[in-house]
Amino acid sequence: MRGERTEMPASEQRFLSALYTQEKMHTLKVARQAGAYAQAERVLKMEPADVIAAVKASNLRGLGGAGFPTGMKWSFVPPKGDRMHYLVVNADEGEPGTCKDKHIMRGCPHTLLEGIIIACHAIHAEKAYIYVRGEYVRPMERLSAAIDEACAAGLLGENHMGTGRRLVVVVHPGAGAYICGEETALIESLEGKKGQPRNRPPFPAIEGLFRCPTVVNNVETIAYLPFIFEHGPEKWSEWGHNGSGGYRLMSLSGHVERPGVYELPMGTPLMELIEKHGGGVWKGRGLKAVIPGGLSAPILRAEECADARLDFNTLRDMGTMAGSAGVIVIDDQTPMIDVMLNCAHFYHDESCGQCTPCREGTWWMYRIILRIAQGRGRLRDLDELVRIASNIEGNTICAFGEAAAWPIRSYARKFRDELAAFIESGERSREADWHHEDRGAPPLIQIEGVGMPGVRAGV
Amino acid sequence: MSEIVSAPADQPVTLSEKTLGSIAELRGRYEDPRAALLPVLHVIQAEHGHLTLALERAVADAMEMPLTKVHEVVSFYTLFRTEAEGKLQVCICQTMSCMLRGARELLTHMRVKYGVGPGETTADGRLTVHAVECLGNCEAGPMAQIGDDYFGPLTPETLDEILEKR
Repeated sequence: MRGERTEMPASEQRFLSALYTQEKMHTLKVARQAGAYAQAERVLKMEPADVIAAVKASNLRGLGGAGFPTGMKWSFVPPKGDRMHYLVVNADEGEPGTCKDKHIMRGCPHTLLEGIIIACHAIHAEKAYIYVRGEYVRPMERLSAAIDEACAAGLLGENHMGTGRRLVVVVHPGAGAYICGEETALIESLEGKKGQPRNRPPFPAIEGLFRCPTVVNNVETIAYLPFIFEHGPEKWSEWGHNGSGGYRLMSLSGHVERPGVYELPMGTPLMELIEKHGGGVWKGRGLKAVIPGGLSAPILRAEECADARLDFNTLRDMGTMAGSAGVIVIDDQTPMIDVMLNCAHFYHDESCGQCTPCREGTWWMYRIILRIAQGRGRLRDLDELVRIASNIEGNTICAFGEAAAWPIRSYARKFRDELAAFIESGERSREADWHHEDRGAPPLIQIEGVGMPGVRAGV
Repeated sequence: MSEIVSAPADQPVTLSEKTLGSIAELRGRYEDPRAALLPVLHVIQAEHGHLTLALERAVADAMEMPLTKVHEVVSFYTLFRTEAEGKLQVCICQTMSCMLRGARELLTHMRVKYGVGPGETTADGRLTVHAVECLGNCEAGPMAQIGDDYFGPLTPETLDEILEKR
């Protein structure tokens, strides 16, 4: 059972991954044998304010990527009045490099539902929506089946778990838009509109879904709640590191021998993840760089990685971020121009188009980087990219602006020598041809001396 | 992405009783019935293959919303298709983790072996290829979504094997 694992060294304990790797754990019968819903039953007898205090004490942070303290987010919800309160579970997993939430939905959906019961009790919500990215057809099937089973067993629905209250959980499919992972865009999308973020204030806790108080939490954040109440918030906080409580699912991808999702304590050294768990850089090659927290995290050069530990505060202090814990490893044979071009294309493609600095800025960054990749770069382009990125940062409604600006700026600054040498060589990257052939990038016209944003012909 | 559909495709469409029933059920799940638009469009698309302007109009009527609101949603999201697609959709992820492990080779293979690039359908109408952004399966890169299922890590050979079986 769950409790026995507490005697193990912290680095060897497993929680969610111990469940979702077991066969049939998605069924209610097997999940209950493993202790599912026992914590929900206990928490439902607590005062909601005490539940929030416990979550605050656990140092649980938003694991979708923002790292906002979960208990504090809940405490912003006003006392229950006439309006409905909502919990919205963000399962629009789309930050490149992140592939953890689908394991929870597919492998142990009842743990997520138990977490939902706990969270809804804390924030006085009688309805929860799970917004799942549209491509996750199979995880959605599992989730829906689990909800049906839980309803039939009286764990959800009218008078759920004998509380005399109602709790309805609805699975809502997205339709393919990265921006819908942003909480206010997600709310717009859930209301049946284009996923374009809202201005804040009002914050969702005051006015969110259908203009009612709403808490939006990531799947993983919610799914850890039962474990926090099982082991106690103090223990959870202690297992973590530097202000981030407990554990998280770290997605390891790119140039490693064993890519995968590894559940490790907060503060695990980055190189331990890559070497011990991931088997090191693939094909015996050297390490060039690591993107430590999903594509929007600024890059770390190999020599910076030794000091990096995977928790929110440590990585923030290093000038990058823990984000969604999507760790992307890049080997020493990868040209940085290819990494930059791929990243710029992603943000250019996914900008929702609402704010001018982001819509135009991501377009310009992509075009300039594409031109460099085609062997027509100019040294001043690198400064230009930093300038454009800095003009996007802080000037948009949502954090997509920073997500697009930070990585590009970090590549231009940290790999300036390599990129400058590439520009001076006049070489052409094979990626550039492919962007033209397969990604519909328009042919380029070069006019001497024209290259500043505002003059389209130059880029 | 989405163009206004030309006149011949724009004959009025009547939704079946069964579809209208699903729409009513989906609308009932939300405090504001208009919130059911995305799931409703998924249902209509599954039934008709892609969304024509006539279908959008029928959805707008059933949802009691203006056509423009339906059209802007259809054109915003990549999973809603406005043109006919092959029976099987092969969506090959091209974002960072998959790119690093050779996602481009899979696209090149589709072009060489099946003669289709991104956005194109084979002449027999069997396959449509899409180059897509991150599908959330980075641990299995390079990967693709084929129909409703995820496959990875893929090589041109394993991709062929999967496509032959479908």
